Amino acid sequence: MTLNQLTAHEVVNLIKKRKITACEVMQDIFNQIDKVDDLIKAFLIINREEALRQAKEIDAKVKNGEELPPLAGVAVAIKDIIVTRGTETTCGSKILRGFIPPYNATVINRLKEAGAIIIGKTNMDEFAMGSSTENSAFGPTHNPWDLERVPGGSSGGSTAAVAADEAFISLGTDTGGSIRQPASLCGMVGLKPTYGRVSRYGLVAYASSLDQIGPITKDVTDCALVMNVISGHDNMDSTSVNLEVPDYLKSCKAGIKDLKIGVPKEYFIEGIDLEVKSALDRALKIFEKLGAKIEELSLPHTEYSLPTYYLIATAEASSNLARYDGVQYGYRAEEYKDLSSMYQKTRSEGFGSEVKRRIMLGTYALSSGYYDAYYLKAQKVRTLIKEDFDKVFSKYDILVTPTSPTPAFKLKEKVSDPLTMYLSDIYTIPINLAGIPAISINCGYSKNNLPIGLQIIGKHFSEETILRAAFNFEQNNDIERKKPSIKPAKHKEATE
Amino acid sequence: MKEEVVIGLEIHIQLMTKAKIFCQCSTDYIGKEPNTNTCPVCLGLPGSLPVLNKKVLEFAIRTSVALNCKINQVSRFHRKNYFYPDLPKAYQISQYDKPLGINGYMEISLPESKEKCKIRITRVHIEEDAGKLVHEGDIASSSYSLADYNRCGIPLAEIVTEPDFRSPEVARIFLVKLRSIVQHLGVCDGNMEEGSMRCDANISLRDAKTGALGIKVEIKNMNSFKAVKKALQFEVNRQKKLLTEGEKIVQETRHWDESKNVTVSMRSKEEAHDYRYFPEPDLLPLKVDLKMIDEIKRNLPELPEARRKRFFKDYQIPEYDAEILTSSKALGDYYEKAASSYSNRKVLSNWIMGELIRYLNEKKIEIYESPISPEKLVGMLKLIDEGVISGKMAKNVFEKMFKTGKDASQIVKESGITQITDENELFELIDKVIKENPKSVDDFNEGKEKALNFLVGQVMRYTKGRAKPDFVFEAIKQRIKK
Repeated sequence: MTLNQLTAHEVVNLIKKRKITACEVMQDIFNQIDKVDDLIKAFLIINREEALRQAKEIDAKVKNGEELPPLAGVAVAIKDIIVTRGTETTCGSKILRGFIPPYNATVINRLKEAGAIIIGKTNMDEFAMGSSTENSAFGPTHNPWDLERVPGGSSGGSTAAVAADEAFISLGTDTGGSIRQPASLCGMVGLKPTYGRVSRYGLVAYASSLDQIGPITKDVTDCALVMNVISGHDNMDSTSVNLEVPDYLKSCKAGIKDLKIGVPKEYFIEGIDLEVKSALDRALKIFEKLGAKIEELSLPHTEYSLPTYYLIATAEASSNLARYDGVQYGYRAEEYKDLSSMYQKTRSEGFGSEVKRRIMLGTYALSSGYYDAYYLKAQKVRTLIKEDFDKVFSKYDILVTPTSPTPAFKLKEKVSDPLTMYLSDIYTIPINLAGIPAISINCGYSKNNLPIGLQIIGKHFSEETILRAAFNFEQNNDIERKKPSIKPAKHKEATE
Repeated sequence: MKEEVVIGLEIHIQLMTKAKIFCQCSTDYIGKEPNTNTCPVCLGLPGSLPVLNKKVLEFAIRTSVALNCKINQVSRFHRKNYFYPDLPKAYQISQYDKPLGINGYMEISLPESKEKCKIRITRVHIEEDAGKLVHEGDIASSSYSLADYNRCGIPLAEIVTEPDFRSPEVARIFLVKLRSIVQHLGVCDGNMEEGSMRCDANISLRDAKTGALGIKVEIKNMNSFKAVKKALQFEVNRQKKLLTEGEKIVQETRHWDESKNVTVSMRSKEEAHDYRYFPEPDLLPLKVDLKMIDEIKRNLPELPEARRKRFFKDYQIPEYDAEILTSSKALGDYYEKAASSYSNRKVLSNWIMGELIRYLNEKKIEIYESPISPEKLVGMLKLIDEGVISGKMAKNVFEKMFKTGKDASQIVKESGITQITDENELFELIDKVIKENPKSVDDFNEGKEKALNFLVGQVMRYTKGRAKPDFVFEAIKQRIKK
């Protein structure tokens, strides 16, 4: 076994105990990247030299007997939508090619202070719009479990990197499921925190009222470890909430006896893969065995989640993405005759088709004469969806649902049909609309050896509870944990 | 048809907080190297987020309260979306359906009537300023533009009035008073030429009999009080002429062209932007508690209206003088500073409202930049009172003081323009004048009082104005009276 196959908490412990060095860890990480990333294509940029320099620093600290920070020597991959000072940040888009931010996102500063080593920036659907990482301007990422399949999205690069042992942990962002759905499709742990729990400063906005940064890890302990580092109030983000951050690492280890679990019936209707359903049923039995009480419940406005999301998210996106106009940074069309043609050509050439589709949808939803019927109506329905959750959380501690209706699908299978693609986020989207936290963890594998995820949803700021439920499940899941064996596809991919 | 003029104003004032509205950058941007007074937030860089500067809220509440507005305890920010290279996010963070202040008013006095005129204030809201584009030569012919984002994120309060103005002059008077109010509040320096106070107007003509509303035209780019009046008057005439000729008025935005003294069409209603306003998701609703409003109300500084009354009462000067002297904060401060060490307040106001303002206007400088400080003015007035110089000589001294910035006494010493205090010297001259003008002496004795003035004038001529006129008058009278 090589060191890159360990979890973050194992690595930190071994470095602390001087069993291994950070440099050895980095060596194995980069060996793995060299070995598999041509197949996976998780990374857009790799910071090899800087990473090795930081690893040496950590080893020097160990040598000097200094106390090590909580993520000392942990190789982290960052979704390329989180800005990194001095390192190109593209959001998977041609329009931001060459943009080198002069500042760090708050989460980046927090990770660095915690000793984490940022090894590179990962591929994603352009501006986080997509569920398969096929909407990247730089080509798709492949699922380590089956290279002919998608890793999910939009945080597909971050998730595939961790699943392929190219990084111990990664940061993704989740606007409608973009952490949880790829985590499910790649067999990883992915947490979307409560809106306001983690600072968005430096997260390039897609839909500001829905976006959250969260960790993608190999196990629940690592997830808690990262949450301890990145959570908490930030003066630079007005929507970050000033609430004390509990020690998630500690709290997730308590038991779940008498935990009240609700299972929303609306999540188990048409479109759900039978293997996914049976994996869920089996998982619920494990929770029951651990002493939890399980009941079916109803979230009556679930069916409106998708249309509501595609009005609010696109409306916000149409405004958030308006700044990519070729004036200040990034891509500018080469030939234009006046200001308006510069705008038009820059944006027509710089954005991919899914981004343009969403900008147009959102612009329409906000237009004079349509605002009330679309955007305002969507906001009202969003309130109803939120109230659905508020009601059930007065009775239940957590909800358990599938994360994605199907395991990983094939590349190109859904690209030409945006509506089918949108349906892959049907279980994750309501959670963003309500602003509540949810975690996806692996609960089994399909006959094709593809991971299946389950989603645990909690009330606002109840990350402790969902991490505890996830940890207990993980410890007691009777299916053996697997690692993907990364094999080149039989036929040469024609995607690039 | 008899038309009535209907004008409403929209005024932007730059709030003089230390930091910008959503970041820590300084508001002191004028004259700085382009794009040096910026940060990721005011540059709208990807990933940056706005955080409201609490001082901006305080300044805007102060403004709203002074304009008798009701403060919305919960207001919110909206995004106003449009593309322009001076707007780095492609949206302006502004307020829309829930502004900070609503339903206020301001009272102004009009010269031709005793009664106060009440102008209703629709709203006061907070927003961010945009950057500036620099063109090579003219915007229409320039082959490129350069963007300077130093001004991005300067806090603005937008004040919108109801269409309560019936003439361009009333609009001008309102603006002068508004400027004085924001100056007294310490929230804005009110400099229209430099753009720290900017005014747009909506103007239409309505049927005076039926009250039927006309088509409204928006006028922009009026950079002084005078420009506002001139532009609005031009627009009244233009619209009246169109109506007389049976033409239709087009709903549009027009630019005031200062060099040509005309308004020029900028864009029609069809070309108007759809700003696609929606609530700003990056900022929380703006909550103002009653305690904060109360505290601001309690600590409100003296406003021009109260100051005017106080000047009238305490300094015993005419209402007109008090009105003029409080029309700008700096002018009032100047007067008070001088009045604190000079007791003849009317003489003081005459000099300030007359000579001083005339010279300042001629040189186009603000009173706070005046080369004659209040202390220096008082110094000169004291020389008059002591008889060292005459009032007439003082005008000469004043001019020199204005040019050189020197003290009156220094100028008097250097140029020798003092009054002749040696009475014998004067008597000699008086006798000479009497001798040379026997006809005038006779005229006087025949009852022609004016003849005496002529004789006094002759003495003043010989002394080049250095004689005390009162003394000469009495001396001649004594000598020639039969």
